[in-house]
Amino acid sequence: MAAGVATWLPFARAAAVGWLPLAKKSMPKPPSDNKSRNDEILIVNVSGQRFQTWKNTLDRYPDTLLGSSEKEFFYNEETQEYFFDRDPEMFRHILNFYRTGKLHYPRHECIQAFDEELAFYGIIPEIIGDCCMEEYRDRKKENLERLAEDTEAEMATDAPLPPDSTSRERLWRAFENPHTSTMALVFYYVTGFFIAVSVIANVVETVPCRPPKGRVKDLPCGEKYSLAFFCMDTACVMIFTFEYLMRLYAAPSRCKFMRSVMSIIDVVAIMPYYIGLVMPENEDVSGAFVTLRVFRVFRIFKFSRHSQGLRILGYTLKSCASELGFLLFSLTMAIIIFATVMFYAEKGTKETNFTSIPAAFWYTIVTMTTLGYGDMVPNTIAGKIFGSICSLSGVLVIALPVPVIVSNFSRIYHQNQRADKRRAQQQDRHSGSQALCVRNRSSFEQQHHHLLHCLEKTTNHEFTDEHTYSEVCMAESVGYRTSRSTSISSHQGLSTSCCPRRAKRRAIRLANSTVSVSRGSVQELDTLHIQKSSIVPQSRSSLNARTQDLKLNCDDTDFTAAIISIPTPPANTPDESLPSSPGIPSILRNSRQLGDCSGSFTHETVKISSL
Amino acid sequence: MGIQGMELFAVGVVIILFVAVLKQFGILEPMSMEDSSDSDLELSTVRHQPEGLDQLQAQTKFTKKELQSLYRGFKNECPSGLVDEETFKTIYSQFFPQGDATTYAHFLFNAFDIDRNGSIRFEDFVIGLSVLLRGTVNEKLNWAFNLYDINKDGYITKEEMLAIMKSIYDMMGRYTYPIVRDDAPFEHVEKFFQKMDRNRDGVVTIDEFIETCQKDENIMNSMQLFENVI
Repeated sequence: MAAGVATWLPFARAAAVGWLPLAKKSMPKPPSDNKSRNDEILIVNVSGQRFQTWKNTLDRYPDTLLGSSEKEFFYNEETQEYFFDRDPEMFRHILNFYRTGKLHYPRHECIQAFDEELAFYGIIPEIIGDCCMEEYRDRKKENLERLAEDTEAEMATDAPLPPDSTSRERLWRAFENPHTSTMALVFYYVTGFFIAVSVIANVVETVPCRPPKGRVKDLPCGEKYSLAFFCMDTACVMIFTFEYLMRLYAAPSRCKFMRSVMSIIDVVAIMPYYIGLVMPENEDVSGAFVTLRVFRVFRIFKFSRHSQGLRILGYTLKSCASELGFLLFSLTMAIIIFATVMFYAEKGTKETNFTSIPAAFWYTIVTMTTLGYGDMVPNTIAGKIFGSICSLSGVLVIALPVPVIVSNFSRIYHQNQRADKRRAQQQDRHSGSQALCVRNRSSFEQQHHHLLHCLEKTTNHEFTDEHTYSEVCMAESVGYRTSRSTSISSHQGLSTSCCPRRAKRRAIRLANSTVSVSRGSVQELDTLHIQKSSIVPQSRSSLNARTQDLKLNCDDTDFTAAIISIPTPPANTPDESLPSSPGIPSILRNSRQLGDCSGSFTHETVKISSL
Repeated sequence: MGIQGMELFAVGVVIILFVAVLKQFGILEPMSMEDSSDSDLELSTVRHQPEGLDQLQAQTKFTKKELQSLYRGFKNECPSGLVDEETFKTIYSQFFPQGDATTYAHFLFNAFDIDRNGSIRFEDFVIGLSVLLRGTVNEKLNWAFNLYDINKDGYITKEEMLAIMKSIYDMMGRYTYPIVRDDAPFEHVEKFFQKMDRNRDGVVTIDEFIETCQKDENIMNSMQLFENVI
């Protein structure tokens, strides 16, 4: 509906004739409209491809490049056309945005190229229509992940250290990146070897060896060669302890290091040995001691420092946590249902294995995962029917979330590979500086304000926002009145309210028609946060001259950034916080009034890094 | 008893599953097959083409270029050529985001929809605009009267006026200064009737309305306000 709003404004204004006989006060004068009524066709030449459109079409979005006077910079006098040296394929989408009011993201295009085009033409990506928004977001996220990986890769210690680094820093680097020095490499391989030795020793010591002379029963090797195994274990633990202490010393942030997963694994791996040393040879505690020895197997996780694939697997599982959770939940539900059914189906049978519902859990799990041990089988017909349904559904329930996990893993794995490849290449990072906003008051806003002003005059009430409303409520009880001048010169006019009650979609649509949004408007989204927090105190200050504006909801140009940002910042969704959003525009407007327009905004805009 | 019941239940479940599978193949319900394919997409076949440019030019006071520009905007917005009431309400509400413009939009819709067929065509749109923007003062007053007269019986009753007034105040929304009191519309209606209803019979006729308005300077002056909207 974006373009439509502008189209229908004359109609809405004309319909205001209906208020005239009822008006309590006299109507304000309409804004003078200087621009010529005649519409003309403009020619836009993009790298040789000529596009033609009505001037009005481009004027719909006065804060973009094509809608504002900025396009005059590209005007070619000789050929009487606007020439842009950009991609004509992309321009097609841009122009369609003006025509239809909806911005579509072409799937085959590179997301960065698209973003750059949007930035050039001054269109914020949030306007992308719902049909393409998801695709856009996914690609954007992917791209950002890739960029983040690259940043990490860059920051990763491949570049040579500054010469004045302390030994501690060098040590840490040696630990994190073994390829830097030979010593580090040696240490890396030694620890890897000892981890392997330790794990193999743990495994082998439980294998039954031939009993020594004088005994009949087979002994596990661990008891036969207990001294040898003890020595091996001691050696391994000494190495691990040494490594752990070294890492602890070298870590730049000890607390963070101690909380990291790898260090916890290290601790868990070596603790059982020390506890075993300390504990007396007591029958009671030896049971617990045996349990502790289980934790020695965690040493195998130390391999994840040595293997990237293992790390990726761990990361995948972490990122698929929701899918795994869903799998678990659905399986649990199914298990409970089927176990109950099977229990009641088999209840009548004598000497049945299904003694209780928890007992039937085992059967259900074994059946659903298609294991089928056969230790519990249904005997009744009903049991068999339900059992077969159980096994069929088990396959389905398990098969559903698995592809999601697999695709996640594949994506992360490939990303990692890409990062590795890119580590070999050089990277250029450009920090784009966004063009600043060009604020101008469009005639649309003027006319809309006049319309709202007429309504005010008809009813002899004025629009305000929530802040002043609550202020007045409080003030009236106190008896203090803020000065409000009701005479508003027509050039100040009204502003389109920032659609606080409207659905997000409509908010965007209204904003579309009056996209008086700055170029660096992506930054605007962030600046709003800053401004909201920083300017709130000022809005309540004794800027009485300004407060007269507060009652009209927003200013034209400033709030539209608010409109567009309203959906995105989580704090300010119009669906939830109806009353608060009017506050934003008024706050914004005050900021505008405070300094000179571009000045104050520049100041604020620069704070955010460009996208 | 338990075994018997469970077996019956099991057999019942098997039958249900069987039926579900059969339904999948469309074997069981041949009737539903025909509409299943069609019911997916509901194509809107309602469309309207306006009368020719010349005819419209004869009926209204717009120039050809103005009509062209108006139609382009209209068609862009409503490709089917018709505006139904819901769309109209949505569009109109966008201009008054602070309040609830749907009631007033309803009245406005009825004022524009001359032939009362539930949708505004381009002709209705343009004829209405022509009256509002290029019409004589009398025509405009007539139009306003038509707007207020909800049941189009030629008389404005207090109830009708109250409804209109309430809808206008609804558009203002909650956050106003001074705060809209609950009886504000009622008061406004009283004042209006005091001014307009000459013979105190409780209704305002078109003649009373036009007469009173012509005597009111404010109203007459403001009638010229919106002439340059297009």
